Formats: sequence, C-alpha cells, structure tokens
Amino acid sequence: MNRKTVFFITGKIILAEAAMLMLPLLVSLVYHDGMTSEFLIAAALAAVIGFLLTRLRPEDQTMYAHEGFAIVALAWIALSAIGALPFCISGYIPSYIDSLFEVVSGFTTTGSSILTQVEALPRSLLFWRSFTHWVGGMGVLVFVMAVIPLSDRRSMHIMRAEVPGPIVGKLTPKLQDSAKILYTLYLILSAIQFVLLICGGMGPFDSAIHVFGTAGTGGFSSHGESIAFYHSAYIEWVITIFMALFGVNFNLYYYLLLKNYSAVFKNEELRWYLGIMVTSAVAIAINIMPQTGGFFTSLRYSAFQVSTVMTTTGYATADFNLWPAFSKTILVTLMFIGASAGSTGGGLKVSRLLILAKSSKNEIRRMLHPRMVTAVTMDEKPIPESTVTGAFMYLALYVFLAVLSLLILSLDNFDLETTFTAMAACFNNIGPGLGVVGPTGNYSAFSDLSKIVLIFDMLLGRLEIFPLIFGLMLPSRRSITRALTRSGARK
Amino acid sequence: MRIIIVGNGKVGSTLAEQLSAEDHEITIIDQNQQNVDNLVNQLDVMGICGNGASYRVLLEAEVSQADLLIACTNQDEINLLCCLVARKLGAKHTIARVRNPEYSDQLVFMRDELGLSMSINPERAAASELFKVLKFPSAIKIETFSNNRVEMAELKLRKESKLCGVYLRDLHKLFKGRALICAVQRDTAVTIPDGNFMLQAGDKINVIAPAGDMLDFFSAFGAILPEAKNVIIIGGGRISFYLSRMLLENGAKVKIIDIDPRRCDQLARLLPRAMVICGDGTDQDLLDEEGLRDADAVVALTGVDEENIILSLYAQSRTEGKVLAKVNRPSLAAIAETTGLESIISPRALVANMIVRYVRAMHNSMGSNVETLHRLVGGQVEALEFRVSDSFPAMNIELKDLNLKPNILIASISREGKTIVPGGRDVIMKGDRVIVVTAHHSFDDLSEILR
Repeated sequence: MNRKTVFFITGKIILAEAAMLMLPLLVSLVYHDGMTSEFLIAAALAAVIGFLLTRLRPEDQTMYAHEGFAIVALAWIALSAIGALPFCISGYIPSYIDSLFEVVSGFTTTGSSILTQVEALPRSLLFWRSFTHWVGGMGVLVFVMAVIPLSDRRSMHIMRAEVPGPIVGKLTPKLQDSAKILYTLYLILSAIQFVLLICGGMGPFDSAIHVFGTAGTGGFSSHGESIAFYHSAYIEWVITIFMALFGVNFNLYYYLLLKNYSAVFKNEELRWYLGIMVTSAVAIAINIMPQTGGFFTSLRYSAFQVSTVMTTTGYATADFNLWPAFSKTILVTLMFIGASAGSTGGGLKVSRLLILAKSSKNEIRRMLHPRMVTAVTMDEKPIPESTVTGAFMYLALYVFLAVLSLLILSLDNFDLETTFTAMAACFNNIGPGLGVVGPTGNYSAFSDLSKIVLIFDMLLGRLEIFPLIFGLMLPSRRSITRALTRSGARK
Repeated sequence: MRIIIVGNGKVGSTLAEQLSAEDHEITIIDQNQQNVDNLVNQLDVMGICGNGASYRVLLEAEVSQADLLIACTNQDEINLLCCLVARKLGAKHTIARVRNPEYSDQLVFMRDELGLSMSINPERAAASELFKVLKFPSAIKIETFSNNRVEMAELKLRKESKLCGVYLRDLHKLFKGRALICAVQRDTAVTIPDGNFMLQAGDKINVIAPAGDMLDFFSAFGAILPEAKNVIIIGGGRISFYLSRMLLENGAKVKIIDIDPRRCDQLARLLPRAMVICGDGTDQDLLDEEGLRDADAVVALTGVDEENIILSLYAQSRTEGKVLAKVNRPSLAAIAETTGLESIISPRALVANMIVRYVRAMHNSMGSNVETLHRLVGGQVEALEFRVSDSFPAMNIELKDLNLKPNILIASISREGKTIVPGGRDVIMKGDRVIVVTAHHSFDDLSEILR
C-alpha cells in the first residue's frame, strides 16, 4: 500500500476540516456564546496536523482500491477525532469518548446523542454538531474532491468507498464535475427547505440546524423534544417530505435537470422506496388510530415517523415507544431497509435488498429448473454477477458484525429491545431506537465500552463496512506477500 | 472536448489514457463489463457497457453533445455503422478505424456521404512509419513538420560517435549545417538541454533540422548506415504487406518469411516482385540460410511480441544492419528497450498518436493553435508546431530577450518557405510556423510558452 499517498490525502482532508471549523467559529462570534477559543484551538490543531501531513508530498501518487479504502477510513476517523475536540475542551461534554460518540454520530448522520439536556449547549456547538450531518451526509471526501482536484485519475476508488450503495456511477466523465454536481444539487435542495422552514415561522438558526439534520438525514435537533417542540403540522410535513427527498438517489435529480424523465420514472429503486414508504405510513396510521383519533392526525404522525426511520434521519414528533407492537415492528423493519443508494441515508439500501430479493427468486426457480440460466436485472439492465455476490457478502458481514456488537452491548444488561434497537439504530445511522434509547431517551446510560462499539457501528454503517475493514484491519500488500514468502520458505 | 471512444481494446484504452490526461471528457463504450470497470478504475473517465453501434447505448452516452466519436472496435463494419449512427444523432466529428483496404480506399466517398472525418488503418500507418525508419536507418525514429520541410530524428549516440563529450555550445564548430539538439534522454531522465550540456555515449538525442541538412548531420555524426536496400521481413501479416509494397516501389529487395503456406501463396500473388519464403521465421538456421548476415535491415513482424523481441535480439547479434521489431504491449516495449533494441514500433501507440494529433488539430479550430504535434521519448516531451497569429504578444523581440518558461526550446522557425534554426538574435514574426519543444504538456497556444 502506498502509505504516503494515504497520509497526504488525509492531510488535505484535515485541512478542509480546519476550514469547516471556521463556520461554528463565526456562529460563536455572532451569538457571543464564548466558544471562540475552543473552536480556534481545534481549527489550529487541524491546520497544523493537516499541514504536516501534506508536507510529505509523495512522488508516486497512484491509488488503487486498497488506498481508496484506507484513505476513506483514516479520513473519517481523523475527522471525528478532531471534530470531537470543541465539545471536550468546552467542558459541555467532559468525557472524550462521549464527545467522540456525539461527533461520530454527527458525521455518520446517525443522530444518536448522549446529551440529556440539548438546550444547555451553546449555539455554536449546536451548529457544529448539526453541520457535521450536512457534510457527512454527502461525504466529506466527495466534498473535498469537488473543491480540490485530487491529482490522481484513480480517485474513483475514493468515491466508490465513500458513496453508499452497491453500484456507484459517475454523472459525467470527470469525477470533479460529478462531485460538483452532487454538491450543487445538495445545496439547492437544502436552500429550498431552509426557505420553507422560515416561512413556517421557525427562526433562522433553528431552520439551519434542522436543514442540516434533514439534508444529511442525520437527526440532531436544537430541542430535546425534536420536531414535536414546534407543534406545527406545516413544519412536520415539510420535514417529512424533505427527509423523503434526501433519501432518494441524487443521480435521479440530475436526470430530472437533464429532462430525462423516463430514467426517473422507470427507476425500480425509487418505485420500491416510495412504495414501501407509503404502504408503511398507511399501515401504521390505521394501527395507531385508536390512540390519536382521526385518520389524518395519525397519518401525520405515522408519515413523519416512517419517513424519519426509513431515511435513517431520526427526528421524532411522537414517542413511538408507546405505539402498538405492530407499528413498532414495522419501524424496526424499516430501520434495516434504509434509504436509496447514492442518497444521504443509511441502512441496507433499497437497491441492495432488491438485488438480494431478485437473486434469491432466481435461485429458488433454479431449484425447479436446474439448467436454467438467469441474470439479475435492475432498470432493465443486467447486473454483473460480482455485484450480486457483493450484495450477499455485504449482508453476511453485516449480520455477523451486528451480532458481534449486540453481544458486547448486552454486557450492559439492558432489556433486549433496548440493546437490539440501540445497535440497529447506530449501525443503520438512524439515531433513536426503542426502550431506553427511544425518541425521548438517549445513549448516556451505556458504558464506555459499549459507546466505543456503537461508534464503530456508526462508522461501519455509514462507510458500508468494507472501507473500515480493508482500510484499517488488513496489513499492507507488501507485508502480506512477505508473510506468504516467509511461510513458503519454512515449508 | 467531449469525446466518446467505442471499443476498449488496445487502441481504445491508449487513447482514453492520453486524451483524458489532456483534460478532455471521455466516455468509453465496450461490450465487456469487466473491461469497462477496469478502465474506469484506472482513469477518470465514464464507462458504459453495451454495443457502441446501437442507438440506445449511444443515446445513453449523450452522443448528441459529443464533439468527437472514435470507433476502434476490432470490426470495420461495426466501426462504420457506429460512426454513421453517431453522426445522425448529432456527433460533430467521427473517426473510424478501418482495416480493410477495400473500405479505406473509398475514404472520399465515406467522408462526403457518411460524414466520416477520418479513417485510420493501423497496419498501413505502422508500415509507413517503418518505411520512414528504413530510409534513415541510423535514426530510431523520424518525424516531420511543416509539410516535410523540417525533420526531427531520434538517434542513439554510440561510443565511437564524434559527438560524445561535446558541449552543445561547441556543436557549431563541428557541424556547419543547420541542426539543433532539442531533447536528450539519459537513462530514464529527459532534459531539454542548453549550451552547457555535455553529450555522452548512450544518450538518445532528438535532432531537428531542415530536410536537406538532416542527411548532412547524419553523415557527419551518425554511424552511417545507407538506405536499406535489402530487407528481410519475418511474419507475413498486413503490416508486412503494406511495408513490402512501399519498399518494392522504392526499388528495394524484399524477402518475406511466413510459416503459413496459404498466406505465402497469397503474398506471392499480391507482391510478384517480392521473394516469399514459406518457413518458420524463428528457426535460426533458416534465417542464416536466407542471408540474415547480408541484410541491410531485418524487420520482425510476427503476431507475438515476445517472438519479435527474441528474433530481433538474434538478428542484432548476426548482422550490422538495422533491426526493427513490432511490440504492441507497452510494458514489453519498455523491457525490450533495456535489452538494447532501439527501433520498436507499436501500431497501437502510432494510431493513438495519430488520433491525438487529430484531436489537437480539432481543438485548434476551437481556440488552440497547434498545427502538428509529435510526442518524443516515450511521451515525456512534446514537439509542437504553431502558426503565429496576431495575438502573440512577443512579436519581433529577439529570442534571447524573451522570458520563457523553463524547459522550453524554440527549435525552428519557418518563414516564407525558408527554415531557420534559431539563435538568440532571431525573432518571431507574424505568419511564421514555429516549432517548440517542451516538457510541459497540453500547450494550446504559442503565447503559453511565455512566463
């Protein structure tokens, strides 16, 4: 592995974070909340580390898949480690592990919090916490790629490692242009939502916080009661719809801009995504009608909750902990399904499940017709065999890691509902689960060990497992070959 | 520019690499998914899997927005159909690789009626390249500028050459004609030398000179080899056929060795004046028997790169003459050069160069002013020919006073049919054709050489 390149590009990304830290600094100056020095320290540290790393400019900047994975893994860990500093230094979250949990939850757009009193945080910290959602949603490296041209033509490996979904395609031949288009679309959608929220009577600061949370499908709010605080059907519907919009593959918006409507309407993933969402919302609305009274009130609550869970955002307008078991089960199922590939949402992704379902159907039919030749198709195009195996492998690893972290979490001796949904909510980047970690609760009761496990779960979920494993756990290629030759020599 | 390349074969991938390095937006179409994936992983290009001649696939590639479509699959008919469809869908220019002479001979018709901008026959291009080298056997490569009035030759300095140990500022004392050494490759490093540069044995030098003076330069310094008049060609493929025809027309004696009796028969009918030998070209006895020792030149053109390399190594050990080999894979070509083989021809690189040159010329009409482009020493240095337009800011200033970027050499100025190999006191005037040698890439205009 080309370690120098990995460090060099990670350094560039840390420099970008130093620049990002200027935003909350600005907020702090505007609201005079006395957090200036904390952000300055963090930004200065990021600038120094980034500067030192970029000094090691490597001669050979080629990147292969392994470097791509390693860069993404390392960059995300470094970003979180530095991003946690303002919380920790300010003393609002005294423990570093807790600060790290909070900021990883931000960057991975999970929205799980260990805070018991959100309102107690100064505004600049609230802003930074939510801003990490916005950047983490579309991808930090994609952002860096849009702004600075990465010198290597193989940087596709980075994009593939960071953008979620089984198949990652470019919109235009040039990667930088693609990254720019994605961020422009992202900005435009965010701006529209911002204006709509302001129209609904939300203050500009709160609007910004909630736009960040919605756009990144994160879920941090500036209020402990989340969106329920506003008691406004208009705001709830705006956020419901925008959460759903940010859970759609962004490539489709680009097709809309190009007036390529048929590509959008024929998109299977979009149809299934919307289908599942509407069906679940209606089913839950009927199920909870006795509690709320009136179909439309219950639809308002159920649509919001379905949208927030399926897109893995994690806002709340109702305490679904109190809902009937059927509704809760639907929500937990939606946690695993997740949003569309190429969106800002998490979870397994609708398209990956579609591939799995179609491939399973083919395999079952093959039991009856052993000589049948099949191919899995999406949008009327065949999917390469390797993508299908990749999806199965992802599922297997996903289950394996989920069970492993569940085992460790259970050491804290919470009830099964809490333990299971805490793992699911972090792994799928949702935020609130059920039981102790329900919409009105938080994660502060977990032990440090569990918090570290959950931090890893969030990163694994956001980066879709492989980058983190391949990038960090595997030794470099050279040491593998060295090990191989050594073992060969012994024989 | 937006360029679509159909067919990710040897030529397609080389083109994608070179053109994307020049900052064009490349979309590549190929039938083989694996193939496309690999390329997309290596280069910043977009890949589409499908048949490039089909309407749907071309639409997906947004052919209507494309400035250029290059069809280089291995089938002529597909290439032609692809260009035809693309043209109807709105592609501005199309280039097709057409091998079959029956098609390529009707280029005028195709250009007018089918809207094809250019057709390329890789084998014929390789043959004419080989032919050029055989005319100047001491050179490794010959390129021409300004309608053949200026030539550029690449040659390797042998130990016995008088140029070894000479400072370039003293070159004019040894050679009275007009010639300029514009790039030197020593081991793997390439320099654009100035007067304080000392030449050494083993250097590969690029010399630029007016056509007449090049011969003098060679007779003064080259280990002189006369024009090859007695050539052995091993392998009877299409390149051999084209090359033999050119050589025969030029009055040389040609011997073709091929193992396939049917092909030999065909060649014998097509080229009655050539001597066609049916036998195994890798058989050393046969080669000796057929007069390897007395040949002025041996050209290894079998279909297998490795065979060509081995064959030429053997030939080089037996004959004083020029030895040429066709090696297609770039990695092998690099290895072959380290073994001492100098003249290696790669049809795929040639075709790619021709197309890149065409793209540059097209770019011209869209704002750049490059007339000709040659890539030297493995693409590390470019020689560009510009026509000086009104917008050039440093007109009529003596060259020694120009503030040039580093690693740039003004190698020649052609004015009213005369060629000047410039010194510090010469000036650039409007309408001149100026050849610039540079280690920078992708210059589009002469003014970019200035700081």
